[in-house]
Amino acid sequence: MRSRYGLRLALAGALLLALGMAGCGGATTEELVIGEYGSLTGNDATFGQSTKAGIEIALSELAAKKEGKIGGLRVRVVVEDDQGKAEEAATVVQKLINQDRVIAVLGEVASSRSLAGGPICQAAGVPMISPSSTNPEVTRKGDFIFRMCFLDDFQGWVMAKFAAENLKLKKVAVLKDVKNDYSVGLANYFADAFQNLGGSVNVVQSYSAGDADFRAALTTIKARNPQAIVVPGYYTEAGLIGRQARELGITVPLIGGDGWESEKLLEIGGEALNGCYYSNHWALDLPDPKLQDFLKAYRETFNGDPDAIAGLAYDAANVLFTSLEKLYEQDPAAFKGLSSAKAGTPERKAATRKLRDIIATTAGYPGVTGNITLDENRNATKPAVVLEIRGGKKVYNTTIHP
Amino acid sequence: MTEFLQQLVNGITWGSVYALIALGYTMVYGILRLINFAHGDIYMLGAFFAFYAARLTGAAVEPNPFKATGILLISMVGCGLVGFLIERFAYKPVRKSSRLAALITAIGVSLLLENGGQLIFGADPKFFPQIITATNIPLGMGVTISNQQIIILVVSLALMAGLRFVVLHTRAGKAMRAVSYSHTAAALMGISVDRIITFTFVLGSMLAAAAGVLVALQNPKIEPYMGIMPGLKAFVAAVLGGIGNIPGAVLGGLVMGVAEVMVVGYLSPTWRDAIAFVLLILILLVRPSGLLGQPPAEKV
Repeated sequence: MRSRYGLRLALAGALLLALGMAGCGGATTEELVIGEYGSLTGNDATFGQSTKAGIEIALSELAAKKEGKIGGLRVRVVVEDDQGKAEEAATVVQKLINQDRVIAVLGEVASSRSLAGGPICQAAGVPMISPSSTNPEVTRKGDFIFRMCFLDDFQGWVMAKFAAENLKLKKVAVLKDVKNDYSVGLANYFADAFQNLGGSVNVVQSYSAGDADFRAALTTIKARNPQAIVVPGYYTEAGLIGRQARELGITVPLIGGDGWESEKLLEIGGEALNGCYYSNHWALDLPDPKLQDFLKAYRETFNGDPDAIAGLAYDAANVLFTSLEKLYEQDPAAFKGLSSAKAGTPERKAATRKLRDIIATTAGYPGVTGNITLDENRNATKPAVVLEIRGGKKVYNTTIHP
Repeated sequence: MTEFLQQLVNGITWGSVYALIALGYTMVYGILRLINFAHGDIYMLGAFFAFYAARLTGAAVEPNPFKATGILLISMVGCGLVGFLIERFAYKPVRKSSRLAALITAIGVSLLLENGGQLIFGADPKFFPQIITATNIPLGMGVTISNQQIIILVVSLALMAGLRFVVLHTRAGKAMRAVSYSHTAAALMGISVDRIITFTFVLGSMLAAAAGVLVALQNPKIEPYMGIMPGLKAFVAAVLGGIGNIPGAVLGGLVMGVAEVMVVGYLSPTWRDAIAFVLLILILLVRPSGLLGQPPAEKV
């Protein structure tokens, strides 16, 4: 008995020692720690995975060009999984800020989760760049929050304009996800814009994220004979809705937003989605050389095509890296405050504020998802593209400028 | 009218799935007075077993009815085995303890299956392949039914009829009915109570597996937590029909499915999950023993 206790004590002691050493080890190497949070698992897991992949490409380019360093400090990205849940997003952002002591945060894709993480970054004075949350509320949470993509009021207008002018539709149905800030917001912006353009929304139905059966709502929609069904939700549900609509004999096109952007969309929806449209941040078949270079790098690393989420994450990471470099050039003394050795000091606080100011001046940055200029509300102004799904492929249809 | 009939078709299809799951709850309850909360997770396992079976047999690439039947059988046998193991290692050791201990064990098994499923299958949803190519069959008046819906209805009805035959016309079924009256008396008559309980679990798990495969056929998104809500609702369906009563479970399942679809179609989808529990509260207030349940006889 005694000897067993002895063994346990020895083990516990060894563990404590190891932990202590790990702690010391972290503090002695100076580096730039950047946080990233996203849905690596869960209902819309490709969002988080694509974001991670995009950032990895940016990091490997940094490694190739500058040995992975900015201003002499190695860049390290800490990735946290929020499982696609808003509550979990708040927890992991707390962890990134309080335990990992990050200098900036990249994320999230889903607006409801950016809305959960944003206020925490704002309160801590840590800049947060959301690559692809389109709900307008996200950047209204404070001056430390930025985004690399267009907004839903613009996107809603793009979808309405495309439906009214390109497809010449008069009456459409809306099927939205009531549990999702993005979907509810986009549905409203679409409806307003579509009515202003002379169309009408003749039936609004809703579902809750995670539902798998939409037949009841689709049956109600079918009875009103709309010319199209607008589904401003995420790809999992959009794919299932497409399939079930065709099973119920609904043949009109479905129109979606950038929440459809995932390689899984076509895997889930299959042939049912042919003839449907969605607005997006980019189209892979555009000849832009920057985009094609990124595509090549991505295909070599991940053996597949990136979605726009990955492209936006790549741009977000690069805008952050560029801003860090600018800070180092303009004010090397302040830049030192970002080193991991300075975590929790007033220098760090001053440095993240300076970093924020520099990110806010981003103008004309040539990203793979278009030129990025941040306006006074820290939102990027960009055109949107509309993709058509034809023969199981996403094909560029048109670009709509603000 | 067309819309109403179409909703009815959708509702009956869903209801028959609830009925299949509810049967498992009601059989186990009838015999052990135990609410087997892990039952909804067996349904999830059924869908996953079929998913992997479909991959192995190549049914995902070239669908044919024989392969689909084979997949259904593989999944049912697999879940029957899981049901056997759960009964043997989780419920049997606590059978002589209080009913509360058994109930908590059931919740534990349920959590184990959900989180174990997440560990093994991964947390992101999988998409069940089309093992039977979908086609639409018009029923007239603008109402359509898909061949998958027909398969769900036919297979559920066949399984329910099979169950009825087993319970009413076989020796094992007779023994089940005897055990459900009294364990002691059945044991005195030479019935191996343990074996009958195991048999009941295996049978119930196989029905849940079939429900899992049938649902995955129609709603291809499968994930480790997919069993929670249908499990709860099927439990409500079993209570609705009168728990312990087999025809009651079928009736309860159908009422539940139709009620749910009608609520989504005519009220609001946000009420979808609430309706199940509103029905539960109503039935507990008005007819505590369920639609077809016998009020407990007063022992004098």
